[in-house]
Amino acid sequence: MVKQAISIPGTSRQTKGKANAKTAGAQKVLLGGILPLALIIVWEALSRAGVFPSYQLPAPSVILSAITGMAQDGSLWSHAGITVYRVFAGFLIGALVAVVLGSVVGFYKKAEHVLDPTIQAFRSIPSLAWVPLFILWMGIGEPSKVTMIAVGVFFPVYLNTVSGIAGVDRKLIEVGRMYGLNAYQLVTRVILPAALPSFLTGLRSGLGLGWMFVVAAELMGASQGLGYLLVVGQNTLSPETIIASIILFAVIGKLSDWILKIIEERALHYQDRAVNS
Amino acid sequence: MTLELKNVGRTFDGQTAVRNVSLSAGEGEIIGLLGTSGCGKSTLLRAISGLDGDYDGEIRLNGELVDGVQESAGFIFQEPRLFPWLTVLENVTFGLSGKTGDKEAKGREILRKVGLGDSENLYPKELSGGMAQRVAIARALVTSPEVLLLDEPFSALDAFTKMQLQDLLLDIWKEAGTTMVLVTHDIDEALYLCDRIVILRGRPGEIVSEINVGEPRPRPRGSTRLAELKTDILESLDLSRSR
Ligand SMILES: Nc1ncnc2c1ncn2[C@@H]1O[C@H](COP(=O)(O)OP(=O)(O)O)[C@@H](O)[C@H]1O
Ligand SMILES: [Mg+2]
Repeated sequence: MVKQAISIPGTSRQTKGKANAKTAGAQKVLLGGILPLALIIVWEALSRAGVFPSYQLPAPSVILSAITGMAQDGSLWSHAGITVYRVFAGFLIGALVAVVLGSVVGFYKKAEHVLDPTIQAFRSIPSLAWVPLFILWMGIGEPSKVTMIAVGVFFPVYLNTVSGIAGVDRKLIEVGRMYGLNAYQLVTRVILPAALPSFLTGLRSGLGLGWMFVVAAELMGASQGLGYLLVVGQNTLSPETIIASIILFAVIGKLSDWILKIIEERALHYQDRAVNS
Repeated sequence: MTLELKNVGRTFDGQTAVRNVSLSAGEGEIIGLLGTSGCGKSTLLRAISGLDGDYDGEIRLNGELVDGVQESAGFIFQEPRLFPWLTVLENVTFGLSGKTGDKEAKGREILRKVGLGDSENLYPKELSGGMAQRVAIARALVTSPEVLLLDEPFSALDAFTKMQLQDLLLDIWKEAGTTMVLVTHDIDEALYLCDRIVILRGRPGEIVSEINVGEPRPRPRGSTRLAELKTDILESLDLSRSR
């Protein structure tokens, strides 16, 4: 990994260390930007020279103007908006159900014996296989899509919640018991804070899957959304629409992960981690 | 606070870890439990603390049978066991109840006592091993326990930090007169700190002898009297014959 990303415990509190980290961060962005920039320039040049046929791989400038065009006529916002809404709704529902079930399974051995085998069995079904069934049950509208995304989000959040709770250091629980904490206090003051890192990891991978599943859900049948743009691009033989949509997926997906990452860093600032991920 | 053990034993799934332990500690006494690794010292201490209720025999604190964790008992573990998500001060006040202001005032006072007056806002990741163990000591003391149980509290520290913290413990003892049970495998430590040393041996562990140190404190670390006692202890531990 990049050497500058390693924060040495103890020095991080000094302002000098912070300033260093900032320039190091800027340097990292610069270094990481060289290759993509070079690729785009080469791509643009080759497209203009006619090496790539424009009906298969249009030039970056063409794609950019496709995006700005959509932004100007407003269709970009409505497509991106509905996609973000679907991911957000599915994420909330999936994460919520996962937290509830994961906590119950994590806390109660009995519940684990009853619930976990079934949940694990469902996990072994590739989640995309549910799509036709959901459409059959709930129609082509929003409910089937949101459900689809919720299913995708559910599993990573569930698994990480369970392992986070089950993996709490017994020694810390003992400290709590030594101070006479009751079961409820143990949960809120020791177990939940200790399980938080694992839970947040689950949320982040859940969100990633949410973005994957929204593509699938929108490909299967939608009249709006970034995934729908993919279908439109294919049917109207306009690769710039497809690539524009892909780029938007990447940007918005990255943005949402970045928000979660900031929340994670804020919540886990106490952690002694050598490398930020 | 007085402590009394009568024929205490503990069996895990048919395997007896320690048996027939009887001992008593008077008000303000420091009792050492000394023995080789695996002879049941920690097991005994956990039974006294109330963390482990499945022991055989009787354990009484101030004449009351121990069942469950006692408010009047404090525990210092081998590792600091600090909560990583809490600051030093929050760790220290973890076991207190009442108003935040009162708790923090109490916590700050005890932190000054253990020499960490200016570290209250640090997180455990920012502490050295010695500092972390000081915090753990402060956390155990802040509830003013009448009996303090210590399970090899200094064994993970370097020799100098260890001696500093041993002296810190004696300062606290002088001030509060806390009854202490100190589990250790360090003979010098036991001789430096304890009034009486109970020696355990074997598997299952049993008491083989009890040594009265009876020297006034502070004890010179290299005194000939302590050296003589050390020889006695080494003899009763009988390291050459036990496997
Ligand atoms: N929770 C437990 N379950 C089963 N065996 C245990 C448990 N705790 C301790 N023992 C056994 O009891 C014996 C004494 O352990 P312990 O009290 O930790 O020794 P010491 O602290 O003197 O090194 C060991 O043989 C250990 O394996
Ligand atoms: Mg032990």
